[in-house]
Amino acid sequence: MRRIQRLLGSAGFGSALSSVVAILVGLAVGFIILLISNPRQAVAGLGTIAAGGFSGGMKGVGQVLYFATPLIMTGLSVGFAFKTGLFNIGASGQLIVGAFTGIYVATNMQWIPGPLLWLVALLAAAAAGAVWGAIPGLFKALLNVHEVIACIMCNYIGMYGVNFLIKNSNTYDSLKNQTVDVAQAAIPKWGLDKIFFTMKGKYADAASVNGGILIALALAALMYIVLNKTTFGYELKACGFNRSASRYAGINEKRSILFSMVIAGTLAGAAGGLMYLAPAGGQHITVVEVLSAQGFNGIPVALLGLSNPIGIIFSGLFVAYISQGGYYLQRMDYMPEIIDIIIAVIIYFSAFALLVKNLIASGTKKLAISREQAAEEADK
Amino acid sequence: MDTVIQMLHITKDFPGIRANDDVTLDLRRGEIHALLGENGAGKSTLMSVLFGLYRPEKGEILKNGKPVHIAGPNEANALGIGMVHQHFKLVHNFTVLENIVLGVEDIRGGVLHLAEARKKVVALSQQYGLMVEPDARISDVTVGMQQRVEILKMLYRENEILIFDEPTAVLTPQEIGELMKIMKNLTAEGKSILFITHKLNEIKQVADRCTVLRKGRCVGTVDVADTTKEQMSEMMVGRKVDFAIEKSPAHASGKAALRVENLNVRSKRHGKLLVNNVSFTVHKGEILCVAGIDGNGQSELVYALTGLAAAESGRIFLGGTEITLATIRERNNAGLAHIPEDRHKHGLVLDYPLAENIILKSYHKPAFRRKGFIRFDKMYQYTDKLIAAFDIRCGQGARTIARSMSGGNQQKAIVAREISEQPDVLIAVQPTRGLDVGAIEYIHKQLIAARDQGKAVLLVSLELDEVLNVSDRILVMYEGEMVADVDAQNVTAQELGLYMAGSRKGAAV
Repeated sequence: MRRIQRLLGSAGFGSALSSVVAILVGLAVGFIILLISNPRQAVAGLGTIAAGGFSGGMKGVGQVLYFATPLIMTGLSVGFAFKTGLFNIGASGQLIVGAFTGIYVATNMQWIPGPLLWLVALLAAAAAGAVWGAIPGLFKALLNVHEVIACIMCNYIGMYGVNFLIKNSNTYDSLKNQTVDVAQAAIPKWGLDKIFFTMKGKYADAASVNGGILIALALAALMYIVLNKTTFGYELKACGFNRSASRYAGINEKRSILFSMVIAGTLAGAAGGLMYLAPAGGQHITVVEVLSAQGFNGIPVALLGLSNPIGIIFSGLFVAYISQGGYYLQRMDYMPEIIDIIIAVIIYFSAFALLVKNLIASGTKKLAISREQAAEEADK
Repeated sequence: MDTVIQMLHITKDFPGIRANDDVTLDLRRGEIHALLGENGAGKSTLMSVLFGLYRPEKGEILKNGKPVHIAGPNEANALGIGMVHQHFKLVHNFTVLENIVLGVEDIRGGVLHLAEARKKVVALSQQYGLMVEPDARISDVTVGMQQRVEILKMLYRENEILIFDEPTAVLTPQEIGELMKIMKNLTAEGKSILFITHKLNEIKQVADRCTVLRKGRCVGTVDVADTTKEQMSEMMVGRKVDFAIEKSPAHASGKAALRVENLNVRSKRHGKLLVNNVSFTVHKGEILCVAGIDGNGQSELVYALTGLAAAESGRIFLGGTEITLATIRERNNAGLAHIPEDRHKHGLVLDYPLAENIILKSYHKPAFRRKGFIRFDKMYQYTDKLIAAFDIRCGQGARTIARSMSGGNQQKAIVAREISEQPDVLIAVQPTRGLDVGAIEYIHKQLIAARDQGKAVLLVSLELDEVLNVSDRILVMYEGEMVADVDAQNVTAQELGLYMAGSRKGAAV
């Protein structure tokens, strides 16, 4: 009993509870939109959303894990920057630059033996993301240009630059207006397809999930350790909280800013690699003038996870789960646009986790006080 | 005399700490009632309860004998309660007059009418002797005038009960004298004043009665006329306090610990020399004080010495090695410690726990780092040791977030960190600003103890008492130049005042 009480009173539980409450509020508002657009199927619709990936059996769960992979990665990217006082709104550009670099390496360096090719391509993607993150980092550290401005510019330069490079390199499949298949460098499945599948007659219909989710989980654990246990993380966080005090303490705050952005860029670049280093039926970069949504979705994922790497794992899974629920909602009488709106609303409200956290904190305090008063009056 | 405000059995809790514990206080009409207590004793909390900023857990407030419920500053205002905060709440790009009427302005047909307000403000300022320029911008007027604007704001709203939260902390000695006069005038006109302070001289000068708080509890209320300063300080601290610091004569070894040669610092904004050709030496085993009125280049001098800002020219030596171009980390490692002027901006990472702040400068040393990881066990051990040794009071021990600690305890934490590093040279900039007598005594003793261990201390202070009591040798800085170099034994406050005002130049430094 004591242990449960201590668990309930701990800071970690408070944070998790606030995220859950924020999600419930989001679901409630989503339900209202369901009611307005199609009252007849609203309850069933909400059920479908709430059931999320589970509507599709084990394959559905696998799909959730698959779509969660880049979200966790960009969430880590944005969350890491948040923890160090920077707003990395440039995950989108870092992701696409990383993705292209990965595909380019996979297409042009096929002399590398098969089992290693995906790894080299993924590392190249991460390195390219690091460079793309370093640019706003350098501008911020040396010229005090706000990172949001530099990141937004880099998003567009990255997106148009990659479009240009795809069209002018051997990675272009002009028939489909997208990148070529890089099946030879696809992220290995590591047996996950043997777990996440549903039987269709005699055939096992496997989910798209691959080893990327394990890589993302490992990186989240690594980020948690770096931020909370190492002196390097201590320096970065100190700079995020108070640049002047960090300088006073002898920390090189310019270097810290640059490192923060490089790490954030690395994570987003790797996200791009994990997304697009896929088998023939998987995702390809299409040459359109749209910024990568996964990059931006890293922001709500980081907010919902309160920038804590472990929290980000769960929030990334949640956003993928609810999106998958929206996908199954198409079976009912809902327009795809309405589904997108509902999903957006739920994610949007989820990002209020921090607000809810503060509300809960003041609420529990009041409760404790009134209990104490009641106890004292009982004593009298 | 009738009672206007009674605060009965007020209790207010913050996480891990009871800021007010069953505090009772009554304020009579026309009196100046001082509220005395150490940092973190709960003075500001109690006044914030009266002003409606905090809701007390227990207790009630009576105005003219009737219970009142004060839910916020607006209710407090309606009840005639006004407050001058320690940090003024003024709009800097508004004029004096606009600031005074802000919130109760006279608007007709969507247009602001200031003519009547102007008449009223001028009348009020003459009645109480509060000289202000109604059309000057707040950003252009002195701190003293800003404070008078805050007082006029209360009078304009016809407040009867005026709360002053440490009003003298930001003023020059002349301005303090004026403020005391103004407070007397106000009570003569029937206003009642609650005066938060920890300066006993000021209480003796103006207050009628004094309520003393210690660790959130009310120690008692005394008549100031019948109580000595020593008695009041004993009530406040809970033990006897030495006003005169016991100090053996300095044993300056004659060995230079910090040497500055022809140092110049130029302002980036207007190109003026803020530190002008300054040279001096601090020896091992002495406390050298840089005195002067705020803004005469002391801050810039310290920034150049500690590496926070670059000097334009000149050389700095620590021991025998030149550190003019060294980084901050290199200077720290070479044995330079720095108690900074602004404890929130430079001294602490407010969102870090106390323990993380204690190792702010030493986290990279083997004592606290192994293979890139922080040695948390060592960090907590070391912090607990300093908490005990330096009597740092904090609700949750080493894990207390620095932001939630009182100013005095934040300062103690910084002093603990800097002195415990065993530096060769300690630069202390206004180390006791805003602290109570107990903490001031403690920090002064620590500085002297450091000196007696053979360390060199460079003290930068604006407080004449501190300058005269603590230091062995005094330099006076005026408009970026050192205008005097005197022995602390052979100089009077009056002489120092003349040097500081620039009306006299002493022996060439």
